This record gives sequence, structure tokens and C-alpha cells, in this order.
Amino acid sequence: MQPSATRDLIVGLFVAAGLAAIGYLSIQVGGLSYKGPGGLRLYATFDEIGGLKTRAPVEIAGVTVGQVVTIGLDPSMRARVTIDVDPSLKLPTDTSAGIRTSGLLGDQFIELEPGAEDQTLTSGEEIAMTESALSIERLIGKFVHDSGVESK
Amino acid sequence: MRLAAIETLGFRTVTFVTHLGRIAAFVGSIFVHSVRPPWRVRRLVGEVFDIGVLSLAIVCLSGATVGAVLGLQGYTTLSRFGAANSLGAVVGLSLVRELGPVLTALLVTGRAGSAMAAEIASMLTTEQLDGLRMMSIDPVDFVVKPKALAMLISMPMLNALFICFALFGGYVVGVKLLGVDGGTYITSMENAITWEDDVAGTLLKSFIFGALVGVIATYRGYTATPTSAGVSAATTGTVVVASVTILLFDYVITALWGV
Repeated sequence: MQPSATRDLIVGLFVAAGLAAIGYLSIQVGGLSYKGPGGLRLYATFDEIGGLKTRAPVEIAGVTVGQVVTIGLDPSMRARVTIDVDPSLKLPTDTSAGIRTSGLLGDQFIELEPGAEDQTLTSGEEIAMTESALSIERLIGKFVHDSGVESK
Repeated sequence: MRLAAIETLGFRTVTFVTHLGRIAAFVGSIFVHSVRPPWRVRRLVGEVFDIGVLSLAIVCLSGATVGAVLGLQGYTTLSRFGAANSLGAVVGLSLVRELGPVLTALLVTGRAGSAMAAEIASMLTTEQLDGLRMMSIDPVDFVVKPKALAMLISMPMLNALFICFALFGGYVVGVKLLGVDGGTYITSMENAITWEDDVAGTLLKSFIFGALVGVIATYRGYTATPTSAGVSAATTGTVVVASVTILLFDYVITALWGV
């Protein structure tokens, strides 16, 4: 066996490397997917969120500025989504939020469209104008149902 | 004739249950010694060196190779569906959820578990354990406990290092050789892997595997027949039993954890 001090040093290095690897997996790989600054908490209520998941990106003009933190149901049975976005953004109070899909079958994300008001949204405020997710099944269902009625 | 068959069955059952009981008592004894001084830190550090540090080379090399193969295989299959951009997610998820903990545990069983069993069994054969008892040192405290604890400590770290090297191997093959975009690879991997479902699961798995391998290897060595054949039987038994147990428990943990 090697001299004790050298061995201790190597074991110490091994443990440090192991902990660093666990930390890397936990924080970098398993952690939040949006790496930018956060802190501005906003709420939005949707009729239908489709396949939106927590940690889905929040984008403005295609640029990721935040992410979805929680998804819940509000008392009126609509989906209530909390998003966390970059606090340096000056979002007008009439900003609207819509759920979009990246590509035809891609993941869903929230797109913010800034409005024109002078006042800006502060943390904890609600985005009033929302646009629900487009459900392809629902669209097809509607189409089939409608054309079925007409043909009779 | 039939009676003899039933007798054999009964004998086997009794032996099995006896073994389970002995293992439980053995684990209990290791646990009691672990929470009570003397802590035997120096012995523990030595064992972490033997198990963890000396397994590092094989674990890292295997990790990089497994990651590279996953990248290659995943790319071939995914690009058929035009989904090569999800390569990071495929490589990352399969590594973190299954391949990392299971392959690490199997490698460590072969590399360190067998050696642990052989060492304890030959100490038993050459009456070194009895010598310790003569000096009123409990062999479970002095020999078994540091080995089992070192296995428990080393396994999650080796697992995490295995996964990191495998992610690197997959990155090299996918991005440098096959031309998947580097940013896309990393982003799809980081988006697919979550802390609660995947990373916590992999740590839990490697902890449980570490405990299992530590207990099986030391128990096999400690209860070996004190002959040369007994030492080799203990070594073989450790590798066989530990490997099967790891795979079985992997299924059970995955099913209970709920993927």
C-alpha cells in the first residue's frame, strides 16, 4: 500500500471529483433549463394548455427569456400557469401570452407578445390576454363533426 | 421418491430462509458498528482507495466507450426518422436512468466486489479473523465494516463519473464525428433530464447497488468455507449473486420509482 499521506490525498481528490460529478449532474444536467436571469413572476390563465410542461421556455420573438415554473388548476377550472422571466424586461401591461408549438410535433412553449401600454408588469401580476394551445385533435374533431352535420 | 423431492424442496427453503436471516443479522451488525465508535476512518480511507480510486480507470474508460457507442447507435436510428436532434436526450436519458448505475455496479462488482470477498475469505482461511478475535477485535468492525461502507460511498461517485464520461463520449461521437449541432445536443439533453425523475433516481439506484454489493461480497467472504476451494467459491458466488441481484433490483426500483 502507498504512503498514507499520498493515499489520503488521492482519496480526497477522488471524493472531490465524485461530488463534482454528482453536482454537475444535479445542477447542470438535471437543473433548470433556462440559464438567464429570473425573478419576475407572472401568472397567466388558459382555457387549454395542451402538452405544456413545467420548465418549458417562455419566448419573445423567438428569444428565450424565461420558463414555466408551475402549472395548476384555478377555482374556475382553467389552467393557471406561473412563469418566471428576466426582470430587466419592461413588459407593457397589455402583453399577451399564447401557447405555441415548435414545429409540427415539437414541444410546447409560451410566446409573449408585448403590447403598447406605458405601464409595465411587475412581479406577481397577471397577464390578462391569453391564447390557448391549438389542439390538433380538437380541430380535426370539430372539422369531422361539422362536415358530418352538413352532409345530412 | 416423491417424498425425497419434497424433502429436498423443504431443505432448500430452510437453507434459503436461514441465509436470509443470517444476512439480516450480518447487516444489522455492520450497521451497529457503523454508528458506534471506533469509527476506523483510516481503514475506511484505505478501502475507498482500493474500491473507488482503483476502479476509476475501468469505470471512466467504460463510460466513455458506452457513451460513444450510444451516440453512434442512437444517431443511426434517429436519423432514419429525421430526429437526430434528439440524440442528446436519448443518450442522456438512457445513461442517467439505466446504463449508468447498472453498468457501474456490474463493473465495480467484478473489479472490487470479487477482490473484497476473496480477501475476507482468505483471511478466514488463514485464521486471521480468529486472530483478531483473540485480540478482542470484532472482525466485522475491523475488516467488514470499512469495506461495506467504502462500497456504499464509492458507488454513487463512480456512477456519477461514469455518466459524465459517457455523456462526454456521446458528445464527441455525436457532435465531432457525426455532425449533430453541439448546442442542440446539450440543450435536448438538459431539457430531457430532470432532477426529480432522473438524477435523484440514479443516485438512489447507485446507493442501493453499493449497499447490495458491499453486503453480498463481505457476507460471501465472511461465510466462506475455509479452504482454497472455498475462497474461489466465495469469489465466484459474489460476482454471480451480486450481478443478478443488481439487475433484479434495478427492475424493482425502476418499477417502484415510476418512470
